[in-house]
Amino acid sequence: MKLRIQYAIVLGVIAVILPWLLSDFRVFQLNLMLVYAIAILGLNLLTGYGGQISLGHGAFYAIGAYTAAVLMDKAAFSAYATLPIAALVCLVSGVLMGFPALRLSGHYLALATFALAMAVPQLLKYKGIEDYTGGVQGIVLDKPQPLFEFEFLGKALSEDRWMYYLVLIVTVLMFWLAHNLVNGRIGRAIVAIRDQPIAAGALGVNLTAVKTITFGVSAAYTGVAGALGAIAVSYVAPDSFHTFLSISFLVGAVVGGLGTIPGALFGAAFIQFVPNVADEISKSAPWAVYGAILLALVYVAPGGVMGMINKLKRGDSK
Amino acid sequence: MNLLEVKNLSAWYGPTQALFNVNFHLSQGGITTILGANGAGKTTTLRSVCQTAKTSGDISFVGQSISGMSTDKIVRMGMAHVPDGRGTFTGLTVEENLKLGAYTRRDKDGVSEDIEKIYVRFPRLRERYSQQAGTLSGGEQQMLAISRALMLRPKLLLLDEPSFGLAPLIVQEIFEIMKSINQTDGVSMLLVEQNASLALNLADHAYLLETGKVVLSGPAEDIRADETIRRTYLGY
Amino acid sequence: MDGFLLQVFSGLANGSIYAAVGLALVMIYQSTHHINFAQGEMATFSTFICWWLIDSGMSYWLAFFLTVGVAFIGGVVVQRVFIRPVERKPVLINVIVFVALLVIFNAMSGWIFDHTLKAFDSPFPVRSAVLPEYISGHQLGSLGVTLAVLLVIYLFFRFTPIGLAMRGAAQNPDSASLVGIRVTWMLALGWGLASAIGAVAGMMMAPIMFLDPNMMAGILLYGFAAALLGGIDNPWGAVAGGFIVGVLENLLGAYVIGSDLKLTVALVLIVGTLTLKPNGLFGQKVVTRV
Repeated sequence: MKLRIQYAIVLGVIAVILPWLLSDFRVFQLNLMLVYAIAILGLNLLTGYGGQISLGHGAFYAIGAYTAAVLMDKAAFSAYATLPIAALVCLVSGVLMGFPALRLSGHYLALATFALAMAVPQLLKYKGIEDYTGGVQGIVLDKPQPLFEFEFLGKALSEDRWMYYLVLIVTVLMFWLAHNLVNGRIGRAIVAIRDQPIAAGALGVNLTAVKTITFGVSAAYTGVAGALGAIAVSYVAPDSFHTFLSISFLVGAVVGGLGTIPGALFGAAFIQFVPNVADEISKSAPWAVYGAILLALVYVAPGGVMGMINKLKRGDSK
Repeated sequence: MNLLEVKNLSAWYGPTQALFNVNFHLSQGGITTILGANGAGKTTTLRSVCQTAKTSGDISFVGQSISGMSTDKIVRMGMAHVPDGRGTFTGLTVEENLKLGAYTRRDKDGVSEDIEKIYVRFPRLRERYSQQAGTLSGGEQQMLAISRALMLRPKLLLLDEPSFGLAPLIVQEIFEIMKSINQTDGVSMLLVEQNASLALNLADHAYLLETGKVVLSGPAEDIRADETIRRTYLGY
Repeated sequence: MDGFLLQVFSGLANGSIYAAVGLALVMIYQSTHHINFAQGEMATFSTFICWWLIDSGMSYWLAFFLTVGVAFIGGVVVQRVFIRPVERKPVLINVIVFVALLVIFNAMSGWIFDHTLKAFDSPFPVRSAVLPEYISGHQLGSLGVTLAVLLVIYLFFRFTPIGLAMRGAAQNPDSASLVGIRVTWMLALGWGLASAIGAVAGMMMAPIMFLDPNMMAGILLYGFAAALLGGIDNPWGAVAGGFIVGVLENLLGAYVIGSDLKLTVALVLIVGTLTLKPNGLFGQKVVTRV
């Protein structure tokens, strides 16, 4: 136990100091990585723990992003205020989508969510709602300004560094919530439904309620990530929310380790930084790398990074 | 040399062991029956013989070891299996089922001949030759399943509970046909049955399984004649 | 009336391509109970191969048939190497493999052939010999080609021993191995055929839309809608579904919602069919055992 607290303190100190050790651009990348971690955590709740396959979480990310963008652009909301609203909007959309999802399982659900992911960019470009969404061009946002001036290690408290702390706080909060959710009664119910749905039902677990709530919470997580992402990037446009975004989230969840919470961080690091490296080789290279690593993981280490770490831990203790 | 020789056969359903060091054999042209209550391991035994279950031990068929061989290879060696539940291709027609039975054969004329022979033996199948197999009655499906197996011109026919779910008259008919197949065509049979009296009337040798072990074996007529055995083990 | 007929015929021409994709999807679903999410990308990649052969000087029809052959072999190889190891694993693992293949094929198309739009000439005359006011030469030609492919597939399944064996293996793999059928090879064959059919769909689509790595993405969605509408286990239902989707897409696009939301139409069809009529229009009831 004491070791854990020591780890936590060290990690905490590193997390707080980190933005002052990196350039603005790197901090920006770090922000996006944390945002993706929240999104992947959301997907993991539904797919890893809940066993419901979603290939369409990009849709919730988009809803969260556009909620924040429209509120900031059209209703002069402050960036911070948009987060709980984005969460709520996505919670509701998630629960609504959870109802038809009740009837679908396995690849049918994957198919339906895949169709959703593909339809999202077109829906966002729809001329009928252009006044709100900005159509093809999207919406440009202002980055939230730091509330005070500060300097450390020769660097100023820039917009990106300010954003970092916002993202960090939200990330820690979301992870802590997820940890409690998963280890509590509801979490056990979710896993029970995944593994033995009929037995779970017979034991009195309300399948409908748990499944739709899981969908809702999962969507809310990814929606908050979307909102944060929109703010961090200061821009939303339909073509950013393409099918491959949803696939990226799935890749991240698998790489990090389905059914684990810390895995989301590893997965996010993977999908944020691998494209930068692979991009040097070819425009298509990141995807080839994604696909290849995904396949390799499935055959060799289906538990992802966390799976490998746990194996090593177990190997050590023997 | 026995047609089928099984030594120290153990078998598993997933992690559960269903057979424990079972030994039995079948001689050319004979009919052997394996009896026992539900769950005794009878179906597992048949599945083990054609290697659709996980097994350990020695199985040899026509003198060759077949442990670990793939099922389709064993089929090509001349073993046909009529599984429990009949296993008919319900979405295909009667004639298509028969043709599939002959899938491994190369002699087109022989196949047509055999189909004709089957229609002679089972006129009801001829009537329904273009009907979907799933629309046939239970008894007709059983006839179809046996016929499909015969299309292989097998040396050994494995039958899993052919009487299951069928009316007594139909069952009589089927068992008579099985006797004639054995006597006229010389097909050896390994028969798994819950209906012990029927099985003992047909077979020449019997084994009794109880929770995965052989507890009794001997010539069918001896077992049939022994009242104590019948009452204790076979319930009649 | 003229405009209406134009939309209908154009819809039928497009529909034949959706029908082909739908058929390919159903073929794989029937035998493996898995949905091949990579179908579209495999078709695009095959089409690129055809483009490259033509670009290197080969005549169209030679390139066409060579591509079909390559696609067939490719499909068999993919099944043997990537799909077979995870056949019996949980659905999630299979979905991930299919998605990974989708990504890899898309990436290979972009990597090897780059992202610039490529022109792909139609082998058919510009002016249709039949009803030229309503249908272009290519539309007629592509309708003809896809119908010919569907006919060949039908004859194959209905009248050849291997076709019969594949049908048996798809319906009842246990019984199939009991008659000596090597079931895994039947699955590989199914993949090969599906891949070949997809390649034909891609090659018919390329002259209409420009050839780029994302060409078949939307078509795949229509293929899904077609397959579901027809009943996911009914190959000929998928064909009917394809034509229905094609005509519906055009009519809705022209008269009801405009052409901007076409993918949403596909989405609605898919979700609607899955939730309201899961067996589609022509499918059989599926019973899940506890």
